[in-house]
Amino acid sequence: MTDTHVDREVLDTLREVMEDGYTELLETFLADSQSRLHELQDSTSVKALSDVAHSFKGSASNMGAVRLAELCQDLESNAKDKSPEALAQLVADIHSEFAEVRPVYESEKHHAHIH
Amino acid sequence: MQAQEPLTILIAEDSAADRLLLSTIVRRQGHQVLTAANGAEAVETFKEQQPDLVLMDALMPVMDGFEAARRIKALAGEALVPIIFLTSLTESEALARCLEAGGDDFLAKPYNQVILAAKIKAMDRLRRLQATVLQQRDLIARHHDYLLNEQRVAKAVFDKVAHSGCLSAPNIRYLQSPYALFNGDLLLAAYTPAGDMHVMLGDFTGHGLPAAVGAMPLAEVFYGMTAKGYGLAETLREMNAKLKRILPVDMFCCATLLSLSFQSRSVEVWNGGMPDGYLHRMASGERVPLPARHLPLGILSAQAFDDRTDVYPMAVDDRVFLLSDGVIDTCDANDQLFGVERLQQVFAANREPDRLFEDIEQALRDFRGQARDDVSMVEVSLLESAQAHGAAPVYSDSGQSCPLDWSASFEFRGATLRRFNPLPFLLQLLLEVHGLRAQSGALYSVLAELYSNGLEHGVLGLDSSLKRDAAGFARYYEMRAARLEALQDGYVRVHLQVQPQGEGGRLVIRVEDSGKGFDVARLMERPVDNVRLSGRGISLVRQLGRNASWSDQGRSASVEFFWEIEA
Repeated sequence: MTDTHVDREVLDTLREVMEDGYTELLETFLADSQSRLHELQDSTSVKALSDVAHSFKGSASNMGAVRLAELCQDLESNAKDKSPEALAQLVADIHSEFAEVRPVYESEKHHAHIH
Repeated sequence: MQAQEPLTILIAEDSAADRLLLSTIVRRQGHQVLTAANGAEAVETFKEQQPDLVLMDALMPVMDGFEAARRIKALAGEALVPIIFLTSLTESEALARCLEAGGDDFLAKPYNQVILAAKIKAMDRLRRLQATVLQQRDLIARHHDYLLNEQRVAKAVFDKVAHSGCLSAPNIRYLQSPYALFNGDLLLAAYTPAGDMHVMLGDFTGHGLPAAVGAMPLAEVFYGMTAKGYGLAETLREMNAKLKRILPVDMFCCATLLSLSFQSRSVEVWNGGMPDGYLHRMASGERVPLPARHLPLGILSAQAFDDRTDVYPMAVDDRVFLLSDGVIDTCDANDQLFGVERLQQVFAANREPDRLFEDIEQALRDFRGQARDDVSMVEVSLLESAQAHGAAPVYSDSGQSCPLDWSASFEFRGATLRRFNPLPFLLQLLLEVHGLRAQSGALYSVLAELYSNGLEHGVLGLDSSLKRDAAGFARYYEMRAARLEALQDGYVRVHLQVQPQGEGGRLVIRVEDSGKGFDVARLMERPVDNVRLSGRGISLVRQLGRNASWSDQGRSASVEFFWEIEA
């Protein structure tokens, strides 16, 4: 299930690169993502929506959240061509995708603490 | 990972997670990290800490990466501070914007450590290369300044030497770049002790200091020997020998030398390797070419060197025009030479002789489309004899050992007459007598006249009446050269006698020759004048000396000089 959402190899690399900073990276990503989601919700213009999606896509891809990055990419690239309903649907999809992957990062965090 | 000198790297990224990740990667690669969360912070941090390299996110709040990149590039000036854009931008237009803003490379998200390390390394190489280029540019600029300064000093020294001459005389007009010396061009002029004038236009092979270095000894020889009364032949031989001795094989000096005789209204010419000069006869409008008949100075050995000159009569209005090869070797855009023919067209079209230089320069500009700075031209005419003033020689001895009562006799025979010019030596001897120094010009003129009379009319048996017209003039000098070359016997004797007399003294000069003599009475009947092509210079001797007389059917001439002791 999780393999289509989170690239495990990326997580392995991150763990290796970050060493002791891995937990902090995970926390930062989760907190950062939370505020991106709020920003998506609050965005009043298509341009703002697209910019937030761009940033979110960047960190999601770095963190191996493949599906989340794809959804953000779709929003960033196509925001201007979508109907308000479709945009609302896409933002909702991003929300639920994050909800989907969040436990993976949470468990990584616990896992790291145990070590 | 290969060892690399640690850099200070600024990371500008608004996403906290990405910033943290990237900082960790870069730090682990051994570099020092500075971070900024937006473009404005990035610019501030750059100002304060001058990082070596910047990793810059494109889209950031407050100030985006494009604007920050532009400002950082402006702040960095000539130094290369590589900026690598961190971007997941995919549109080519957005990537082009990164480059336009001064970005040097891209790094796509998700980050790949290996690629990042490789890019940092490549950019560092570029950065060092640029620093080296700047350093070398500054070094070259410093060397260039140094060279220019050396040239200024060399020019100042040389100007002291060159300007000891008489280029400012009223009968000389010239055009030369102030730095002609470093193009190898050399223009010298000096009065002889008799008040005649020697002029030289030279052109050294090579440019810059080497050409200037050769010019120094040449100028010294020219001025030294001219001032002592040596003729062109001796001066040329000495110049050639000196240059041959000191210059490397591939260096030599093309030169035209002139000896303008205001007294006898003639010009003696030696041209070694220079373009044709021209004697412009104002009366007929004719331009007689003065072609190169010799190799340049500094090529032939002393034995092989040919010092033969050509002598042409000149009227007071006539002009001799000399030019450097910069004129006829000027190329146009298609590598066509300006050439002698175009020069002659300028001559033909020239209406005002005083504007000849300007006409030639204009023609060169029209031909080439721009002026060049290695063109030298000089035009000389005769001075009325009365206008000519030799520079007063400066003597450094005290006068305590001045000889006042002596006599000496010299006999110059066959082979010596062919090549040796005894006049400078005789003059130097006479100028040991302080009382005679004020009259050195007159003394030299009279000695020269009597000596050449004795040699040419006496020993060589040449008829001065030949010199009545231009053709005869040329014939006269051809015969002179031929007979001198064949000379075996004969002599010219010079007797000098110095005696104290009252408060001053008296010099008697007697010159005898082995020739056939001449009709003294008939020559003495002629009025004392100074306009002449022929006439044995007798009027000159009578004007400048006292008690001039001829005996032994003209084979012996005697003239006296007197002086009063100075207070």
